[in-house]
Formats: sequence, structure tokens, C-alpha cells
Amino acid sequence: MTLQMKRIVKSFHENKVLKEVDFTVQKGEIHALLGVNGAGKSTLVKILSGQLQSDSGEIKIGERLVSLSSPHQAIDAGIGIVVQEVDTALFPELTVAENVSIHELVQGPAFFSRRERKKRAKEWLERVGLNISMDRLVSECRLSEKQQIVIAQALARNVQFLILDEPTAPLSEVETKALFQLMIRLKDSGVGIVFISHRLPEIRAICDRVTVLREGRTVLQSEVSELTDDQIVEAMLGKQLLAIQEKSPRQSTTPLLEVQQFYVPKLDKSVTFTLHEGEVLGIAGLVGSGKTEIARALAGQDKSSSLVTIRAKHWKIKHPRKAIEAGICLIPEERRKEGVLVDFPVDQNISLPHLDKITQAGWLDRRKERQLAEKVIEQLSIRTSSSKQSVGLLSGGNQQKVSIGRWLDTDASIYLFDEPTKGIDIGAKVDVFSIISKLAEEKKGILYFTSELNELLTIADRILVLYDGRFIAEKRTNETTLEELMTLATGGNPDGTEHRGSECP
Amino acid sequence: MEQSIEVANVPKKKTKSKDGWIRFLTKYGTIIAILLIIAFFSILSDEFFTYKNWTDILRSISITTLVAIGVTLSLIVKGFDLSVGSTVSLATITSTAVMVWYRQETVLAICIPLLVGLLVGLINAFLIVKIRLPDMLATLGMMYMINGLHLTITKGYSIYNNMPLQDGSLAPGKILPSFLFIGQGEIFSVPFPVIVMFFFVIVIHLCLNFTKFGRLLYVTGGNEEAARLSGVPVNRYKAYAYALSGLFASIAGIVLASRIGTGQVSAGASLLMDSVAAALIGYSVFGANKPNVLGTFIGSILIGILLNGLTMLNVPYYAQDIVKGAILVGALTLMYKSRKEV
Repeated sequence: MTLQMKRIVKSFHENKVLKEVDFTVQKGEIHALLGVNGAGKSTLVKILSGQLQSDSGEIKIGERLVSLSSPHQAIDAGIGIVVQEVDTALFPELTVAENVSIHELVQGPAFFSRRERKKRAKEWLERVGLNISMDRLVSECRLSEKQQIVIAQALARNVQFLILDEPTAPLSEVETKALFQLMIRLKDSGVGIVFISHRLPEIRAICDRVTVLREGRTVLQSEVSELTDDQIVEAMLGKQLLAIQEKSPRQSTTPLLEVQQFYVPKLDKSVTFTLHEGEVLGIAGLVGSGKTEIARALAGQDKSSSLVTIRAKHWKIKHPRKAIEAGICLIPEERRKEGVLVDFPVDQNISLPHLDKITQAGWLDRRKERQLAEKVIEQLSIRTSSSKQSVGLLSGGNQQKVSIGRWLDTDASIYLFDEPTKGIDIGAKVDVFSIISKLAEEKKGILYFTSELNELLTIADRILVLYDGRFIAEKRTNETTLEELMTLATGGNPDGTEHRGSECP
Repeated sequence: MEQSIEVANVPKKKTKSKDGWIRFLTKYGTIIAILLIIAFFSILSDEFFTYKNWTDILRSISITTLVAIGVTLSLIVKGFDLSVGSTVSLATITSTAVMVWYRQETVLAICIPLLVGLLVGLINAFLIVKIRLPDMLATLGMMYMINGLHLTITKGYSIYNNMPLQDGSLAPGKILPSFLFIGQGEIFSVPFPVIVMFFFVIVIHLCLNFTKFGRLLYVTGGNEEAARLSGVPVNRYKAYAYALSGLFASIAGIVLASRIGTGQVSAGASLLMDSVAAALIGYSVFGANKPNVLGTFIGSILIGILLNGLTMLNVPYYAQDIVKGAILVGALTLMYKSRKEV
């Protein structure tokens, strides 16, 4: 039996996310679903699990046409999903047994015996290889255990097709191995598994077939064993639209920021690298590689007890205020949540780190504030009706410029950009790049964290590739290619050389 | 997927007239309501639109407004202070106890309750900022504790001149005339509490809108994480807000004690809801869409006028709560409606 999606189309407003996607999974196979950011993976998965409805196209299970207009119907049709954030699928205050058999609360009899439920839950958990107390609260379980509980939940509902959305990103190596064993057991028992991952070695290790999406279309569907890593990467990337400018990278030798064995709390790992004056250092990392976590720790958002060295001075970055004092500022990925104050006017957003400069005896000089804002608005050509316009009403690109513009003219010498082009249009992208180039010319140091690897070839001087929380390669921009970066970032090994450390040559 | 987030922000097309109508209503609805109510009561009662009645209204709302200033400050940092009512009660009985039981001067009868109020605010701040309790629950707990504390101190009796003490003797001190002036005096026939109210409304309004302090309070409430990343010590500013909230509750308590001339137990209980209502009504006044002191003041006026008018029309006090609640629901509807618009 197969699950078949044919000519699936989905758009949000005018934005066509899925242009025409065909996707087929057979029972008893593990099928990898691949694609770069924005290729349409998450949308496709949401359609499969009933969270979104496609605009057109058909979904068949065997010979039967099915309609998946709610998560409930998807489950009835035998399709289960293990979402990336497993916590959203669980009830932390209920026990393991209750979570596994949660569907029986909805569909089962009004009264049921606890012992019966525990017994059945135990059976399901044994199937997924989890041996823990049925009375434990889910909130006390480890992440890998929670994942297994969600899988058991799906099995208990008798799913035939199971979607695993980047399940390995938060797992350790041992846990990943255990998960793979479980996946193989499920496959042998006839479940069709859709496996989403950015890591090529994992796909090689466990998947039978692969489907690659690019810009809302299916571009490749084949047996994994018949493909080389290069072919897969090429299918993911296609012909890149953004022309890569040939430029000679800035050569700088004065170290600005030296990070030695810097502990990143959310990754539970340490990183080492050096950033030079006037250099744009790209950090290439796909989703789940740990780039946001590193940026957060360096900016003091997550407290780390390690020291960093800036211009030969040691700093312990305990909180963002300390980071700013040290000259580090972060332009965060979550723009609306952490970057700008959406309900506040442009000038008040921009003046935030400058308040001391425009305050006299406690009183704000609003004229100075406006002038400061207007200067930044002009410098970055922010499109706004006035400096009093509420930031929430600006376009994504202009919001991003506000988020960046706040740090111009401050004492900041190190700029951390975390996915700065996320959700902004091409014009704004070009503007952001020119701002970054200008900062580099002013001898600032820039750390550019992104999963959009082609951007790094345009903007970065040097690139560190991040994989599973570790820097696994360092490349000069003019000596590398997009294919090589993608292969490295997905954990492939392009030329067989050993993983290098990230120190400078 | 990422792109869809941006697309969602494009304002939806709507009929323009309806849009403008809602915006007008959220901006000036409260003011229009006040004018309508004034017109309504003026027609029904000859005594309503007189100087004497207006000073009465202002005097009656002065205490609510003082408490509501504190509530507004906690709302600005996206917090909530439920303990203000009981802090008013505590301040009322401390100020009178200082005079009646311990024969102290007016200065101490003012300073000690102020310190007590500040202390309450700091404890709230500690619970919310350091221990990270949810604001509602922390201040709910404090509300009970302070209530119990002030009843324990007084053993449930009000404090008044010449009251009998535990040992059978009469209380040595009395409530001083200079203290009574705070709540009962007049300057150029303007009641003193009204002057106190105007003073603080203006001062806090200026602070919130024209000083760094006020800006950082708003920024902290506006987006805590963005503020933190910009170097704002958000925890400190939250603490300031709660400390000030406690302080204003105790100022209100002192004025209240002076106005009634005794230390009533549980005198502040009803002030909590009135002041919260005033602050919430104030959200949308003049289209501010954020907690603001002028709005809060207008909110108190609205409530004060209504209660005054209803009393003149002999509506019993217990039925007045129905009207208060209805106004609050109306104000909240406007507030949430206008939030969605943005």
C-alpha cells in the first residue's frame, strides 16, 4: 500500500509555497524528504498531518482518495506525525501511560480501568523500546524519551504512515542510534516512515528512498543507493538565482574577538574561533546545527561562565548589558519577538541603546531622539512614513533595518547577525548586505549566522561550517563552492580530508 | 514557510468607513461616554452640574486615582498588582496607629506608612522578579498576607480617638488636625486631596512620557526580550514599578485615613477593583493603546461621575457595581478590538 500525493499546490496569500509537488511513500520503507529552507517541506508535512489544507491536488492511500481537513482525519487515515517540538504534542502534567493512551480519552469508553490502560500503554512503549515507569510525569522525561512517547502515541492509534520531522536535531549520538533502530523495527513491521533531516550521513544510513523539494516542486525522487551526495546536494540547490559577486575577501590579521573553548549552555558544547577586525565571518549551519544557541550565548542572552577576549581584554558575558559594554550586539533571528518593539514608533526603537546620550538629568531630549532616528532612516533608507510610525506596520525588511540601525553609531565593534535575511524581500536583502559591508569597512567585526549558504558566498570573507554544535570546517570564501558548503553542512565529507579545527591558519 | 509570516502582516482590506468608525470610537469613546453621562445627569438632576458637586466628585475619585496610578505603573511593565487594596488598608491603620497608639507627630504618621507601602512593593518585586512567580499569583498571596496582617495588628477593630486599649485604658494620642488637613482641608476652596491627585497625575505623566525612566518602563513592558538585548536592566525596572505601586497605595491609604478621620479596617478593599477598572478604561483614551496616567485619570472620572449621578438618583450602592462592571466590560471590549486592529 502506498501513500500518494499528486500535484499538490498551496499558497499563502500571493505566495505560492507549493507549486506542484508529487510525493509517494510506501509501507515498509523509510523515505527521506529533503530541501533547503523555504523549499516547502514543512508545508507539505502540515498538509499530510491535516494542519493545513492544500489548494488543489489529491492524496490517495492505496486506491482510496482521502481528505485530510483536520489532524483528526489524518490520524483516522493512518497518518501520524512526530513534530520537531515534541513538547507541543504532550501533556506535561499527565503520566506516561496517560499520554500514550490519550486518544482513548476521546474515543474510548466513558469509564476505563487504570490498570488496563497502564497495561496497554506498557505494550506500546515496549514496542518503541522505552522502559520507564508508567506513572512518571511526562514533564520529568528526557527529550529522547518524550520523542519515543510521541511515537508510541502514534502507534497506539494504529498509524500506517509516520512522519518524523527533524527528530535527530536535539539528540545525542547514542540516542540517535537508538532512534534509528526503532525506525528500522517499525519499517520491518510495515510502517511507512517519512524522515526529514538535514544530515546526509543519516539519510544514507537509514533511508531507502529520497524525495527532494526545491522552490515548491519535486525535483528528485529516487533510491538513495543510486545517488551520490553531490547529486542530492545539487538537487537541493539547483541553479542559484542570486548571482555571486566575484570579490577578493578582505584580508585582516588583527584579532578582534577571540573565543577559546567558549561554553554554549543550550548546546552543552564549547566552541573556539577568532574574528578579525573588518572581517565578515560566516557561520554556515542548517536548522538544528546550533547557530542561534551560539549567537545567544555570545550576546549574553543565555548565561555562560566562559571568557571571551576582545582586543586582548577578557570579558565574562553574564547578560546582554555586559555584552553591549564589551561591544557585542546581536540582531536576533526572531525579529518581532526579540528584535524590535512592534508597538513602538521607529524613533523609540532606534534610540534604545542611545538613551544615555539623549538624556539630560533624567529628561529625554525628544528632538535629539528624532534627529538620531532620522539620520539612521536616511542612512539605511528605511521606508517609513515618518520616524513616529509604529514599527509593526513596516515591512519585514524595514523592520530588520530598524533592528540593525539601532546599533549604528554605538560603541559596538562586534555585530552578530542571526539569519538576518529571514523573511525579507530581495531588495532589502541587498540593502542588508551593503550595511554589513560598510560595517566591515569601518573595521567592525561581523559574525554572520545563516542556513542560507549562498548568502555566505556573497557576503562572508571566511566561512566556518557548523554541524551538530561543532565547527567541522573552515573555508575562505573564494576557495569554496556552494556544493561543498552544503555537503559539509549536511555532514558529508567532500574530499575525504579530516575534519579540521576552527583555528585560524 | 518563513515568507508566509511576513505576508500575514499585510493589513486586510476592509470597508474604510467601518474601520474609521471603530478607530474613532476606541480613541474618543471614553470621553464621549463621559460627556453623555454628564448631559444625562444634568438633565435629570439640577444639583449635578454645580461647583460643589464637582468638587465632591473629584474628592471622591482622588483616592481611587492615587491607587490607580500605582496599578497603571504595574500594567506598564506588563505586570499586575492585586495587593494594592490591602496595602491601602494597611497604610490607613498604620498612620492612625502611629498617632493614636504611640502619640507621634503627623510627619511620622505619613512617613511610616509610606515606608510600609514601599516595603510591600519591594517584596512583590522580589517574588516576581527574583523568584519568578507569576505576577497575579504573587500579589494575590501578598494581598491575603497584608490583609491578615492589618487585621492582626488591630485585632479587627478600627482605630479612633480615645479608643479603649487592651489593658482597659484609653488610647493616649489622637488624630492630629494637621493630619486631618490632608484629606479634609481646602486651599482656595479646592479640596487638598484633589490637589494631591492632580500633582501626582501631572508628575507621573511627565515622568512616563518625557524621562528616560518612563521610557524604560514602557520598553520593558513592550518587549522584554528586545529591551534586554538592547541593554535595558528589565528586572530593575519591573522592581521599580512594583515598588512605586506599593508607594502609591500607601499614599492613598494616608489620604483615606485623614479623610474619614479614623483607621478603618479593610477600608481599601473596594479600591482594588475600582482602580484596576480605571486603569484599564484608560488604556484606549485618546488612542494611546497602552496604560497611561491621563487615561487612568479619565477612567476614574468616568467611574466617579457615574457613581455620583447614580447616588443622586437614589440607586442603591450595591446596584452600582452592576454599572461599574458593565463599563469595565465596555472599555475592555474597545481595548481588545483596537489591539487587533494594529
